[in-house]
Amino acid sequence: MSNPVESAIGRKIWSPNRGKQNLKRRGVSSWLVFATVILISLVWLFPLWMALVNAIKTPLDFLHHGPLALPRHIFLKSIQAFWTDVNFPQKLLNSFIVSFFVALFGVAISFLSAFAIGIGRIRGRYFVLGLFMVAFTVPQESLVFPLYHLSQQVHLYNSVWVLVVIFSVIYSAFGTYMLSVVLGSFPTEILEAAKVDGASPRRILWNIVLPIVRPTMFALGTFFFVWVWNEYLIPLVLLADNANQTVSLSLGVTSGQYTSDPTTQAAAALLGIIPSVIFYLIFQRTLSRGVTLGAVK
Amino acid sequence: MSTVEVVSERQKRKNRSRRDSRASYYWYTIPGILAFVAVIGYPLFQNVKTSFYKWNGYGTPRYIGWKNYVDLFHDATFWASFAHAAEFIAAMSLVPTVLGLLFGALIFDFVSPYFGQGWTTFVRASLFMPQIIPITVISILWNWLLSPNTGVFNTVLKSVGIHNPPNWLGNSHTAVLSISIMLVWIQIGYTVTIFVTGMGRIDPALHEAASLDGANWWQRFRVITLSQLAPEISIVILTTAVAAIKIFAPVQIMTGGGPGTSTYVPAFFSYFNFFTTQKVGYGSAIATVLMVILSVLAVAMFRFQNRKGVDL
Repeated sequence: MSNPVESAIGRKIWSPNRGKQNLKRRGVSSWLVFATVILISLVWLFPLWMALVNAIKTPLDFLHHGPLALPRHIFLKSIQAFWTDVNFPQKLLNSFIVSFFVALFGVAISFLSAFAIGIGRIRGRYFVLGLFMVAFTVPQESLVFPLYHLSQQVHLYNSVWVLVVIFSVIYSAFGTYMLSVVLGSFPTEILEAAKVDGASPRRILWNIVLPIVRPTMFALGTFFFVWVWNEYLIPLVLLADNANQTVSLSLGVTSGQYTSDPTTQAAAALLGIIPSVIFYLIFQRTLSRGVTLGAVK
Repeated sequence: MSTVEVVSERQKRKNRSRRDSRASYYWYTIPGILAFVAVIGYPLFQNVKTSFYKWNGYGTPRYIGWKNYVDLFHDATFWASFAHAAEFIAAMSLVPTVLGLLFGALIFDFVSPYFGQGWTTFVRASLFMPQIIPITVISILWNWLLSPNTGVFNTVLKSVGIHNPPNWLGNSHTAVLSISIMLVWIQIGYTVTIFVTGMGRIDPALHEAASLDGANWWQRFRVITLSQLAPEISIVILTTAVAAIKIFAPVQIMTGGGPGTSTYVPAFFSYFNFFTTQKVGYGSAIATVLMVILSVLAVAMFRFQNRKGVDL
């Protein structure tokens, strides 16, 4: 069964054939709409399709038949060349380290603050939340030059760990907000019962709240992972060495350097697309549901 | 043990734990607040302070009062960068909101009930795909798609008989438009996802009653869907507008602000002053103006969400 509305209306009134999936009877208009929507989807996928098709075509083939034609035969040299020229495995590893640890630390910090705000209902919680909301909205441009100086003073400049520290904090401002909203609606009966039985805040945190909000925290972490993976400005300013660059940074700065011909450009784009698409396919449900986390409760 | 004893014992514990816990919960905010001060608060303060100085980034800063701001006010590039930001708000916020509502309603009212969950997932995933790809990758991909001679756009245009198609990013009249098209492509996935989820929240009885009264799809969309989705629409417009004002990577990668200053945006303009012309004080002033504008939007967002449902 698909969505609640379908199961609610579809079954009761409009569906004559109750068998499979409860679909409504298709008329001309529904087919027209369907064709339009599918066409739009294909148009949306078209740029990605172009990257794929041209990444696996010989430069000569591209020259003769242009970007739209299918490859005459499959040619992986452009992808291989870009892969080794920019040392892509190293970039993947750097990105993975930064994203993973930001997800971990960012969610941990968010959870602790949100616990005090949503469960502890500390005084001044609205002020703290408002502060964090502003913190998440400030442009990175207004942080980047002081951070550039600070990171040199603490000898973290040009290290992937500086990104872990910075993004864990920036994202935890958002995470605190999200988790506070979730924890604010935590069933009070459970908390009261625990307090009556004399549970300390630490026990409430570990034994009661944490197990219940773990899925939300996981979704938040998944989001942090993707966001960090895609960050550009702060890595651009703080990572000088090629060896420390992340995937999205290295693609941003090497465009043009190794990619003079169109097929290598397509190969570079394809290599940048693939990790994200794989990640999306694995965490599809979490990601497309989580988008709405921040929107409306 | 009698009931009375139990109750009074519980009552005592309850009072004690209330008193203790209020205070002890404050400890849990310490990591978050310390981290906030070090990584966001202090740099923000430094940035605002620097905006009152003339500084090249390494020598001794010289205090010049409001001069950077006065200069900004008379700087045509600064105003142009905000004008471009306004165009990007249209491309990232308004157009995707309108299209997202339409596509979302088509998916929710037609694809899902007539063609099932499989197709719905396919359509939503296709539209959502650009959302998860790094913006740098999207920028180099579109650079390539828009390339004047070998690009996909112009190959298609030539094949339908347009013999001198535009040099998209290389012409100051089409550069902002080109980036805007890309932004629409990126942003639809976000708006559609939020709106389709929102439509699931609307009571189906509303649509049912309206169609029994003879309202067609368009009327129901206008009257029921739009009004019921008002909270989603406001939040989507606000969040995407914030994102649009922050745009940096596409400009830096695709055009470098050019041709001329035709694609300058505030974020790029401040970066350019920080690291290219090394007018750090001036760059800080731009960043500060940007920060003030975005903070106002953040407060608006916070107010709005608190009114709508956040209940702490």
